[in-house]
Amino acid sequence: MRKEGAAKVCGTARYIDDITLPGMLHGATVRSSIARGRIKKITFDPAIPWGEFTIVTAADIPGANCIALIQNDWPCLAAEVVNHPEEPIALLAHADKHRLGEAVAAVRVEYEPLPSVHSIAESERKDAAVWGEDNVLKSYLMEKGDVDAVWAGADFIVEGEYETGAQEHLYIENNGVIAEYSDAAGLTIYGSMQCPFYVHKSLVKLMALPEDKVRVVQVETGGAFGGKEDYPSMIAAHAALLARKAGCPVKIVYDRAEDMAATTKRHPSRTRHRTAVTKDGKLLGAEIDLVLDGGAYSTLSSTVLSRATIHAGGCYFWPNLRVRSRALATNSPPHGAFRGFGAPQSLFAIERHMDRVAAAVGLAPEELRRRNFLRPGLTTSTGQVIPEGVDLEHLLARAMELSGYKEKRQRFARENERCALKKGIGLAAFLHGAGFTGSGERRMGSVAAMDATADGMLRVLASSTEFGQGTNTILCQIAAETLGVDYGVVQMGPADTSVVPNSGPTVASRTAMVVGRLVESAAKEMQRVLTEAGLIGEQYSTEEFQRAAATYVAKHGRLRTEGHYEAPPNVFWDDELYRGEAYGAYAWAVYVAEVTVDTVDYRVAVDDFVAVQEVGRVINPVLATGQVEGGVAQAVGYALYEKVVWQKGRMANNQMTNYIIATSQDIPPIRVYFEEVPYKYGAYGAKGIGELPMDGPAPAIVNAVSHATSADFCAVPLLPEDVMTKLAQVKLRVVEVVGA
Amino acid sequence: MSLQRIVMTVNGVERTVDAHPMERLLDVLREKLGLTGTKEGCGEGECGACSVLMDGSLVNSCLIPVAQAAHAQIVTIEGLGSPEKLDPVQEAFLHCGGSQCGMCTPGMIMAAKCLLMHNVKPSREEIREGLGGNLCRCTGYMRIFEAVEAAARTQESEAAR
Repeated sequence: MRKEGAAKVCGTARYIDDITLPGMLHGATVRSSIARGRIKKITFDPAIPWGEFTIVTAADIPGANCIALIQNDWPCLAAEVVNHPEEPIALLAHADKHRLGEAVAAVRVEYEPLPSVHSIAESERKDAAVWGEDNVLKSYLMEKGDVDAVWAGADFIVEGEYETGAQEHLYIENNGVIAEYSDAAGLTIYGSMQCPFYVHKSLVKLMALPEDKVRVVQVETGGAFGGKEDYPSMIAAHAALLARKAGCPVKIVYDRAEDMAATTKRHPSRTRHRTAVTKDGKLLGAEIDLVLDGGAYSTLSSTVLSRATIHAGGCYFWPNLRVRSRALATNSPPHGAFRGFGAPQSLFAIERHMDRVAAAVGLAPEELRRRNFLRPGLTTSTGQVIPEGVDLEHLLARAMELSGYKEKRQRFARENERCALKKGIGLAAFLHGAGFTGSGERRMGSVAAMDATADGMLRVLASSTEFGQGTNTILCQIAAETLGVDYGVVQMGPADTSVVPNSGPTVASRTAMVVGRLVESAAKEMQRVLTEAGLIGEQYSTEEFQRAAATYVAKHGRLRTEGHYEAPPNVFWDDELYRGEAYGAYAWAVYVAEVTVDTVDYRVAVDDFVAVQEVGRVINPVLATGQVEGGVAQAVGYALYEKVVWQKGRMANNQMTNYIIATSQDIPPIRVYFEEVPYKYGAYGAKGIGELPMDGPAPAIVNAVSHATSADFCAVPLLPEDVMTKLAQVKLRVVEVVGA
Repeated sequence: MSLQRIVMTVNGVERTVDAHPMERLLDVLREKLGLTGTKEGCGEGECGACSVLMDGSLVNSCLIPVAQAAHAQIVTIEGLGSPEKLDPVQEAFLHCGGSQCGMCTPGMIMAAKCLLMHNVKPSREEIREGLGGNLCRCTGYMRIFEAVEAAARTQESEAAR
């Protein structure tokens, strides 16, 4: 049962906006109204009694004016130039939050506009140099074999270009924090976030404070999906500056419009494929050119691009492969982490492309895939050897059987000729690397701990945060199972940087697999300590264990044990050449989507969805199924509804009224199936699960729409107007042929 | 405009508040009455996180000026069960995995409660329609549908006793 579930269903769980501190002010942000320019002058309309307000600009920052991530190019407050609409320039605080809107509007910023770029194409052409000399935030070249040698021997060369749009996280709880500051106690941040230690690292630099004078506490967090990986450092920095200047606590909670316009989104992408294949459908090699739109600052783009690059070849064996990838700067708010982290973009391209390669060769889509699947002993794009147990062919067969794929594929094609409602069925096969890419886990060196209270309650101590996915529950479950005690006596400690060790950020589908393993080690260590102290024997009840723990605490003052990260053996990664074990483990999946395309109003409905995956051992079936269903729903939106409309780098439809996500009436039955192949180095055999379901639905759905309409769709989101435009072109072409 | 004295019954208790008549019922509940279980997701009546029952109907409290709630019977999530004694709908959401991040949960449970008050045994289609005004970004709705069906079964068996 979900640990914090009772509080959530009763409405007693306390989110940041539910918390009020004595003497607390409310903060608001003055933001750039233009895409790019030099700040000439800031004036404050004298109609406002400014003496009542706390006002902060970049000049009030005691340390470095940046949000520390990878390259540290993201300013906390723009000082001289702005590089995107909604860039923060100044901050205001007042005791009455209803006074802030008018005050923000009364701060006038005069700019000298500078040229800006607003698409991958404009950035690539260098219509203006907006970041560095060439707008390239990061690039990679990943090579395997000799791709230049394959073209001459190919029976078919298939090319394609694929695009994906930005996507808004649309967590139901907007970003929000409360900051408290005093010179004596330092800074405390309470907030909605994924990664307390990221916020900590950033604020130490920004506020020029020693590490022990910054404390970051995650409170109940109402959804994140990657959207609370980097941005909480920004809003926390703003609240911290206001609190320091005002001398009292300051809360900043965005409303929906501000959250949608100002915070990060999924990177838009463009991917070009060129594939050499034999007439038997054997893939000889490919060149892939992948570009992400990173927005105005580098933030997390280099790591998102890395994952996109490694996943670009999909779950196929490529004897020869070259992937060139770039993240380019444009003048929109920086794009950031979003569930899947680059993989949904590159997997959409490869999985849509595979259907088109199959068509070129004259094979069924599933057959082309089957002939080229990665199998044990074969190597991935980075040269990682596939271990025993990976069986994509079985996942494919099971997904096809459960969805009635073969029969429907034929029947729909037959029936569609005489129907206005055209039905289609499509599939996608894919993989998702669990944990940090490459050497990330080793560099992070995460630690988790367990302790016991004086009354024998057992606590898991980790910086891993709960934001709906089930962190609290599975980590407590793992601890309880390892200790052999009842789940009810294990609690999650607070996600408070002054209490818990750094078990790393809660990202990258790493919590169950990596942090779960650390909790398992810490629990084993606790068991060992109590055994060696002679307080427990080989057999014990929950009560006996608790008594033993309480006795130990009474005698020694505390009982606290740690688990430290140890890399699995024989894992090597070359950051320069992009060769080696990119991930400790991959999750594997085959998804099938069934759709109806209405050729009168061009709406696409998903009628049925089958998701078959292998994610190692499933630790909690209810939570795991919920992760897959939720991911599929979010990806149905990515495929069919969720379009960010850009106007000069600003999201124009920053309202739930105009940015459409799937409702209870749009979602098909989502049928979830697991194959369980335990992973030796994950907690109780677990691999990552959270991001995987975001990867497959978009290509499966678009493959199904293409099947239904016999038209070639290569971009998401695929809105009714896009379907209409394409089908009109198809009709036109038919007419022309007849006319000729 | 000046403050107005407004009397309404909230979770069975008569409450008197002095509020601007156009103040949102949502803010009055959260800020004046301390009932923070009702959440704000969008502030424009799209997401349903602020759903409460007003005289037996499901409303978005972000769209209700408090003057309109004068003399009304309001039920919020706090008016159902408590962690010690859950309402059958809350119990079902907890058991079926209908709540993940929890932010849509109070509103979603109020919508489910309202549906089950008017339809003791809703079909899957009726559940889809009944919850159509409440957005959830975490669950993909499947566990929520199951929770509503489970709650309906519990109510049915309790009624039969």
